[in-house]
Amino acid sequence: MGSLKEIRTRMQSIKTTRQVTSAMKMVSAAKLRRAQEAIIRIRPYADKLYEILGNLSDSLDTLEENPFAIDRGTDRILLVSVNSNRGLCGAFNANVNKRVMQLIREDFKTQFYAGNLEIMAIGKNSFDFFRRRDFKVSHNNQVYDDLSFEQVVQVVENIMQAFVKEKYDRVYLVYNEFKNAATQLLKVEQFLPILKIEGKAEKQTTDYIYEPSVEEIVHELIPNALKIQFYKALLDSFASEHGARMTAMHKATDNATDLLRSLNLQYNKARQASITGEILEIVSGAEAMNG
Amino acid sequence: MHLEIVSPDKKVFSGEVKLVQVPGSDGSFEILKNHAPIISTLQKGRVKIVEMDDKEHFFEIEKGVIEVNNNKIVLLAERI
Repeated sequence: MGSLKEIRTRMQSIKTTRQVTSAMKMVSAAKLRRAQEAIIRIRPYADKLYEILGNLSDSLDTLEENPFAIDRGTDRILLVSVNSNRGLCGAFNANVNKRVMQLIREDFKTQFYAGNLEIMAIGKNSFDFFRRRDFKVSHNNQVYDDLSFEQVVQVVENIMQAFVKEKYDRVYLVYNEFKNAATQLLKVEQFLPILKIEGKAEKQTTDYIYEPSVEEIVHELIPNALKIQFYKALLDSFASEHGARMTAMHKATDNATDLLRSLNLQYNKARQASITGEILEIVSGAEAMNG
Repeated sequence: MHLEIVSPDKKVFSGEVKLVQVPGSDGSFEILKNHAPIISTLQKGRVKIVEMDDKEHFFEIEKGVIEVNNNKIVLLAERI
């Protein structure tokens, strides 16, 4: 048991820490709400887009000719690792990095040793992690500064162009899907070449007029769908990040409170002991004087 | 007719309209009540809508797609 002063200093520092963590929790909660709203806003667009593409699904045998659907095998791989620019959000960042490492070790070993595996890190944390391990890694951290569709489109278009120019044969996304504030689902998604879009709607009997033509509409819509898919992944990850941080900070605040309680008990015990000691001294001193 | 204009960042318009004019890839066209079902891609240009109370609205869009089916219109615009 430390001295009274020691305990007091420790309590003070824990109190300060608790203030910081609870403030961070509140900030994250506010940001989470905004991020969640963004997801909700994009949902109608994504749903409608897939609905229209689904309506066109009969003509999707033309998909093979689409530059984004060409399957060239798995020689050159790009892994897009999406996490965050900041820390203090529990295992959020580490989970993504770990999953990417696992993918490299288990699925893309040969490509990696042949030097045909690249990583695009979205999020400073991921970039630092892979740079330290000497991977081929590029980064796009600034998208988080202002997460808007326009910002993201630039990143996606680069990836899409690289794919068309046959720089990559497969592009995968690794990101956290937002489930709720406390739960994130780690997901690995094949981004390119696109998998068949499944028309979830029941077979449409409507006879549509297509302008200019089915092929051209599909041709036009597929890049759009890809951009939306990527944007959605980023939004999901962004909301997950704040959710994870909120939970982490909530736990930290709780832990600080627990620690403070037990220290307080310790402090009171020590104080009581020293008072008892003092009284004992006075009493025995008086006894001695009385003789 | 019910019209919805949606962009990736927000829902721009939702409501009953009399007339919609859009910049189709093959040229501008108008949609009135009971238009035949159509799916068309759109190019950069101006969308004009007339509400039931004759109020006119204009939106500048950059690429998009429109679906008309059974007096329900959905307009997806990449940027507004």
